[in-house]
Amino acid sequence: METAVFYVLATIAVASAVLLVLFRNPVYSALSLVATLFAVAGLFVLLNAYFLAAVQIIVYAGAVMVLFLFVIMLLNLGHSEALESTVGRYRLTGVIFLCALLVAQLTAVGTRQLRGPVAENEALRTENVQTLGKLLYTDFLFPFEVASIILLVALIGVVVLVKRETPETT
Amino acid sequence: MLLDYANVLLFLSVGSFFIVFNLFLGSLFRPDNPDPEKLSTYECGEEPVGGSWIQFNIRFYVVALDFIIFDVEVVLLYPWAVVAQEFGWYGFGVAFVFIFILLLGLAFAWKKGTLEWVRPKVDRFRDTMTRPLVEEAA
Repeated sequence: METAVFYVLATIAVASAVLLVLFRNPVYSALSLVATLFAVAGLFVLLNAYFLAAVQIIVYAGAVMVLFLFVIMLLNLGHSEALESTVGRYRLTGVIFLCALLVAQLTAVGTRQLRGPVAENEALRTENVQTLGKLLYTDFLFPFEVASIILLVALIGVVVLVKRETPETT
Repeated sequence: MLLDYANVLLFLSVGSFFIVFNLFLGSLFRPDNPDPEKLSTYECGEEPVGGSWIQFNIRFYVVALDFIIFDVEVVLLYPWAVVAQEFGWYGFGVAFVFIFILLLGLAFAWKKGTLEWVRPKVDRFRDTMTRPLVEEAA
């Protein structure tokens, strides 16, 4: 059952990633990227990485995709002609990177075969979001609170940058 | 634990199947004779002007950036929500400090006016939009 779900999710991820490249309209590309991210989140669930799946959906499929769509809208790339000029230029680079990825992937699979089957990890069978929460609020309390300060700095940065761009609107 | 997510999967698949199946069923029965008037964008009695692919105001981007920051806050609070009951008042205090620091940022953004919505100026709006209608009526 798990294997079947894995193959379905992997097919969705790869198919929508291919569609992302093939679509002429950048907005459609962005939406198929959302489908890819959801499928990858499903793969994370299959790997018992529940928190990572939640982060994948909330941050990547939610916030980062909003940013992507906003950039598309702000730069007015919504019509298909906007990307026509840049299609052919990166073809060779794309092929080179694809070959490099393929080599890396095959090497990883090969070394895993050499090492033999993966040992069953008991930690993966426990409810790891709880474990993560407990660690985050005891041992890693300080980095957790620092994270909120980093977010605060980002928020202030946004405000300051925007104010500089449009000084006439107070 | 993994089996709990089978419910999510079932929900998602049945939900998507429901939509696709009903749209397919509808396409079998509904009449199909489009004309330019039917295909035009519905604008509530107004003639649509131009396409919908227009350049958006940069102000919307600021709202999106603010959204991302509080989205990340929600992600960091998710493991807290799972174990909050076990930690009691200590957990409450931890999350309170976390949210309070970000509330300072929200107050700063609010005070600086980045959350203010840009409204069209009333005079210009009246000049371009409503004056012809008023003149027609008179």
